[in-house]
Formats: sequence, structure tokens, C-alpha cells
Amino acid sequence: MIHQFDTIIVGSGGAGLYAALEASRKSKTAVLSKLYPVRSHTGAAQGGISAALGNVEEDKPEWHAFDTVKGGDYLVDQQAAQILAEEAVQAVYDLENRGLPFNRTPEGRIDQRRFGGHTRNFGEGPVRRACYAADRTGHMILQTLYQQCIKNEVSFFDEFQVVDLILDGTVCKGLVVVELATGELHIFAAKAVLFATGGFGRIFKITSNAYANTGDGPAVCARRGIPLEDMEFYQFHPTGIMGLGILISEAVRGEGGILRNRDGERFMERYSPTLLDLAPRDIVARSIQTEVFEGKGIRGDRKIDDYVHLDATHLGADVLAAKLPDISGFCETYLGLNPAEKAIPVLPTAHYAMGGIPTDTDGRVLLDRGGTVVDGLYAAGECACVSVHGANRLGTNSLLDLVVFGRRAGLHIAGYVKQATMPAVDESAAAEAREFIGRLTDGSKGPHGGYITDEMQTTMMEKIGIYRNEKDMAAAVEEIKELRQRYGAVRVQDTTKQFNTDLLELIELGNLLDLSLITAESALKRQESRGAHSREDYPERDDDNWLQHTLAYLEDGEVRLDFKEVDTSIWEPKPRSY
Amino acid sequence: MQITIKIQRYAPDTDEAPYFQEYTVEIDPHARLLDALMDIKRFQDGSLGFRKSCAHGVCGSDAMRINGQDGLACKTLVKDVVENDGDTVVVEPLRYLPVQRDLIVDQSEFFAKYKAIKPYLINDEKVAEKERIQSPEERLVFDDSTNCILCASCYSACPVPEEHPSFIGPAAIAQAFRFLADSRDQGAEERLPVLDAENGVWPCQNHFKCTLACPRSIMITKRINQTKRMITDWKGEK
Repeated sequence: MIHQFDTIIVGSGGAGLYAALEASRKSKTAVLSKLYPVRSHTGAAQGGISAALGNVEEDKPEWHAFDTVKGGDYLVDQQAAQILAEEAVQAVYDLENRGLPFNRTPEGRIDQRRFGGHTRNFGEGPVRRACYAADRTGHMILQTLYQQCIKNEVSFFDEFQVVDLILDGTVCKGLVVVELATGELHIFAAKAVLFATGGFGRIFKITSNAYANTGDGPAVCARRGIPLEDMEFYQFHPTGIMGLGILISEAVRGEGGILRNRDGERFMERYSPTLLDLAPRDIVARSIQTEVFEGKGIRGDRKIDDYVHLDATHLGADVLAAKLPDISGFCETYLGLNPAEKAIPVLPTAHYAMGGIPTDTDGRVLLDRGGTVVDGLYAAGECACVSVHGANRLGTNSLLDLVVFGRRAGLHIAGYVKQATMPAVDESAAAEAREFIGRLTDGSKGPHGGYITDEMQTTMMEKIGIYRNEKDMAAAVEEIKELRQRYGAVRVQDTTKQFNTDLLELIELGNLLDLSLITAESALKRQESRGAHSREDYPERDDDNWLQHTLAYLEDGEVRLDFKEVDTSIWEPKPRSY
Repeated sequence: MQITIKIQRYAPDTDEAPYFQEYTVEIDPHARLLDALMDIKRFQDGSLGFRKSCAHGVCGSDAMRINGQDGLACKTLVKDVVENDGDTVVVEPLRYLPVQRDLIVDQSEFFAKYKAIKPYLINDEKVAEKERIQSPEERLVFDDSTNCILCASCYSACPVPEEHPSFIGPAAIAQAFRFLADSRDQGAEERLPVLDAENGVWPCQNHFKCTLACPRSIMITKRINQTKRMITDWKGEK
């Protein structure tokens, strides 16, 4: 079946819904989502969304932009960071005006709290910049945007999984999609397509990410010749629940929580004397891992799954109930522990992709280092790389990225589709997708995907984790290549059409394998340490050779790297200390 | 420990009727029930159909009936539904909604009822300041109702639709309350007639099953009763 829309948005998290609100005002728009929209992973974001409102103390967008650049270890494109920080203020007011129930100051204004790496006056000390709704800020953003989509009667195709992108040279013509309820393939011809498919934390064993976070947008783009930018930069959040990886918000430390090792020592004093526990995430995650490797984890056995304590007992039951109720509930449910009484056992968890589909600040997808635009193709949110996060994202900047760049992409699309012509697409556009799904479901015997998934996640966790080196990463590349070979023979066990989640998981696994390979190869090639990419064999940042973005092209099962200039037009790169 | 999971299976196009299938799983008692289902799906039977996403109780995908109680598989620990090695846990789809596949139900009707109460802030006044002012006390009034993840556990737990299938259901009413009680909202005139209808709040008989089922600890029954009072007051004023 062939559908025609001016605008198709893939993904219904914060970026997709915000873009849909803007694009649908001026164009015939549909949102495709593999989940019911309110299930999107934006809803799991906890701590806050930063904006220099200055509601509780002096703050300026310029300070926010600088913190973002420094937090990203100077790999951030600086004009983009400035847009992020400046538009943050109005973005937060817009969300409030649309009904988002932010926590309030005694005067009734939006309350703000501290978060890692956000400082006053270019690093003097922490600043209260994160606007929040308890520890469910992402949930409230997702709900508010979905509510607005209902009000504005945006069209949704729920539980449709993207399989392929239809490109004609440098012009986007639409998508090929499978409807989960029926197993039917659909072609959506469109003047503009926006990918807002979120992250791909499921390449790792221990992750805060949802099962749905399989990087469908970036993987589909990569297979159609679009490069992926800065894929070696993957953030491990310092505080996931031991063993499970469930996120314990940085807001716990923003409210005063303290990390302690087995001696009860506040070890961040040694790693970040100024910001302490509120240093950026890459630094805190490395510090925890170093403590563990030195035998100062709680068990003290130096094993990679040893952990430290996040102590929130001194905050008191009232603060925990008012400002951190959900994480208190997670501790209760999964650990049988009350954080007002006992410290929380935590260790770093794979959390956020700084890299992704390269875009300009209007969300337009870029094909190469020269900035060639793919007409009609857009990306926003975690699946995109603008780049405002550089080598390490600051907490709260992801929710901000969604609303600022989701909105900008939606606005640009609304203008673009007015002058673009509807592309001509016929059934032949689905030929490759049909062949791919036909192979997976042809009824012959093949290995099941479960073991491949397991091995991929273990390889990535152990060899492309917080600390990296040449030997491990080279081995990871080989292992992922072998898994991709095995994937070539997998078959579904479920041969029915309706709601074939077996097929869905195999499509997702193919995406994860492609992204694992690109991530591992990009990491292997970058011979320096910067932000979240920490190499034991190249421990220093190397601006002379590596102050550049990587662009990874997937070509015949191999990864080719190109490089792109970083915009350092505002602040000169400096050594990074906190 | 080793447990048996007895799961209701059904593929409407190929099965004449729903049936139960048993699986044996070796699982840590502190693991989530969802982990056990994933173990089956990944290593025993890829054809088992269920939804899942966040795996920690915030997205609402994996609501199902577990030993006759509605809730989220990712917020239910194995040790809470079985006692001893060899015990069986029974897993079924949510009630009242058509089964699309095994534990997957069609939620269209649930969402249609939710949309009927106009679940968005209604206020056309221009904002005088940057944000609308709201005191912490005013915000607290509707705080717990903003937790709703629309998982439909309460909807399945409620006994009312057995006799009265068109009842709007607890989630929609709690979501209506979320806006009616928000000091910034002016939508009472548009929402209250929907709630005052035959299928609105009145079929609720305070069974409290919704409140007990809610994985987000919303005091749903209380919010329904507050909404009933709002309707009574509103009619008294007219």
C-alpha cells in the first residue's frame, strides 16, 4: 500500500512530537511510531531540562552555552550550542504554557536545581539551571507534547516499524515501513521525512535504555549511504542501579547526594575538587570505574561489576518524597531499599549516544564533510548529531535538545514542503525491504537472534566500554563482524503475520549490529582521549590531530571514516578541568 | 529458582480459541517477571507475543494480568508472584480489550475514552508573564494524577465494565481530574458534561480495584470521588 503525506515523522518521543506539532500546522503530517506514542523513552528521562531562566539565582544563556562546549570537551559545534542555550529559555516557557506541571518556587515560578557540569560564570561553581517536574521531567514533557498532538489532531500510525529509506541521489522520497499488527509492508511517499527514533543503548549489556532503543533511524540511514557522526562517543551514566542499569538520576547529586567508596570516602574530592559529585558524567563514570579497579568498590574485588554507594540518606525523607519520588520507588521495587535510610548501590550504565545522523541546526541531514544537504531528509533528538553534545553530553541537555531542535526541524519542514513537489514512488521502492523480510520469514531453519543479541551486548560492554584500548577494540570489531555473518542466516520462529514481535526483534537486531560495528570502528580509529572516549593507550586529548568530527560510512560491511571540522568560532579549546 | 509460567496464547487469524501454554524458566527470584518472559522469547519460543519497552515501570507497555492481578511485568518481581521452586505463575492479557496476539491487546478503545475528556490544558488567555504563576500548594492538588502512564492496568482491574462496557474507565477520569484540578486550566465547561454522562463517572461504585492496581501509586478512586463532587458543585452553581 502506498500512502502520500507532505511530512512523515518517524518516532514519537520529544523531538518527533515537537516537530509534528510545528509541521502539522502547515503540512499534511503523519507520525509513525513503533510504540504507542506515550511509551517512548523520552518518558524515562528524570532530572530536568536546563534553561538560564535565572528564577532562583543569576544565570545567563552564554554561561550555559560555554558549559555545554566545555562539557563536550570542545568537540561541540559552538554556534549550535549557542542556539541551544538561547532558545532554551523560550522552550521551557512554551512547555509550561502548554500545561507542563513544573515544580514551583515559593513565589510560584518554575523551580530550578543543580546538575552536573552546569556552572555560574564560566566554571566558578554549580548553578541552579535545571527546570524539573519531580524526577519525572521527561514523562511530563512526553505527556504534554502528546496532549498537544491530541488537541491539534495530529495523525498517528502507531506500531509501524521503519525498514528502509527511499532516496534518489540527494533527494529523499519516502519510507518503507512494516505494520506490526498485520505484517504488511507500506510505502509512505513524502516530501519530507524526519527521523526522531532516539538512542541505541541496547548495543550494550547494561543500559538505562528501553528495549525499543535500537537506533532504527541511524541504521536505516547508514545502509543508504548517509554517514554517522562521532559514533565513538557513547555516554555511560555514572549511576545506574547495580546489575540492572536502571537510571538513578543525577538529580540525586544535584540535590546533595554523595558518591562514596568502600571506606565511606567522598572520592570525587580527588577527581574534581571544584564541582565534586556534580562534575560532568564522563568524569564521574571514570572516577567510579577507577575506584572499582583500585579495589575501593564496595565488594573490593576489582571486578568490572563491582559498585560504589550513592548516599542520599542525609537529604531526608521529605526531600526524597517531594523531589525524587520515582527513584525512591525504583530503589524500593528493585532493591528493597529505602534511600532515606540506606545508600544506593550504583555503577555506570550505558545511557546516551552523542553521535548520530549528521544535521545542521535546522535538522537537515548532511551527506558529507562539505555539508551537502539531503533534500527533504531531517533528523532530530538523540538519533541526530547537530553537534551540541560533542564528546560528552551534560545532564538535562538531552531533553533540551529534543524540544529546541525538534521544533526547529518542524519549522524548517513546514517551509520546505511548501515549495517541494510530491515525489513519484511505486511499489518497486519496497523491493529490497520485501526481499529482506522475505528472507527472515521464508520458513527455513536458521539460528535464532537471542544468542546473537546476547553476544553482541557482552562484546560491546566489555570491549567498547568506559576505558578502551586498541587490542580490545580490534577484537570487538572482529567479533561484531562475525555476528553480522551469523545474522545473515537467522530466521524467525514465528511465521504468523499478526503482531510478529519475533520479526520485529530481528529487524532491530540487524540495526543494532550495524551500529555496533560503526561504533566499534569509529572508537578504534580515534587515537586520543576526549570526553566519553577514554583510551588507555592514548590517555591525552590531542587537538592537533583529533579536534575533528568523524563521519563513518558503512560500505559493503566495512566502515570508512572521513572527518569534519569542528566549529570553535566562539571559545578557544582549553584543557578541561573542574 | 525454577518456575513455571502459564501463559494465555492466542493468534486470532489461526487459533480457534485462546489456550494456555506452560514454560519452565530458571530465574533469579529477584528478577522481574519481564526478564522471565524475555528469557522465553529469546531462548525458548520466539513466537510468544507481548509488548515491552522501558523495563522499569515508566512506559506502560507491559501491563498484563499476573495471577489475576493487573500490573506491569517489569515492576513485578518473580519472588512476589511465586513462593517455592516449581511454583506456577499465570499470565493473561488485560481484560475488556480485544486480544491482537497472546498478551497484546488492542488499546484503541482505552485511548479513545482518554481522548474524550480532552486531556490537554485548556486556557486561551494570553500569558501575562513568562510562565503562568502557580503556587507549590496549587500544584500539589493534582500531583499524583500527573504520574499516569496510560498503561490500562486500572481499566482492566475495574469490575464495572463487566456489566457496563461503555464506562469511560478510571484512567480517563483520573486524567480529567489532572486538568480540572490544575489552577491554570479553564476547561471545566468542556469536560464536565462528558464526565456527567451515563458512561462518565457515575457507574463507578468505589471498588478501589483501580487504586490497588495502579503501578504509579495514584489514588485513583479518591480522584474519581473528587471529580464527582466537582460535577455536583458545578451543577449546583448553574
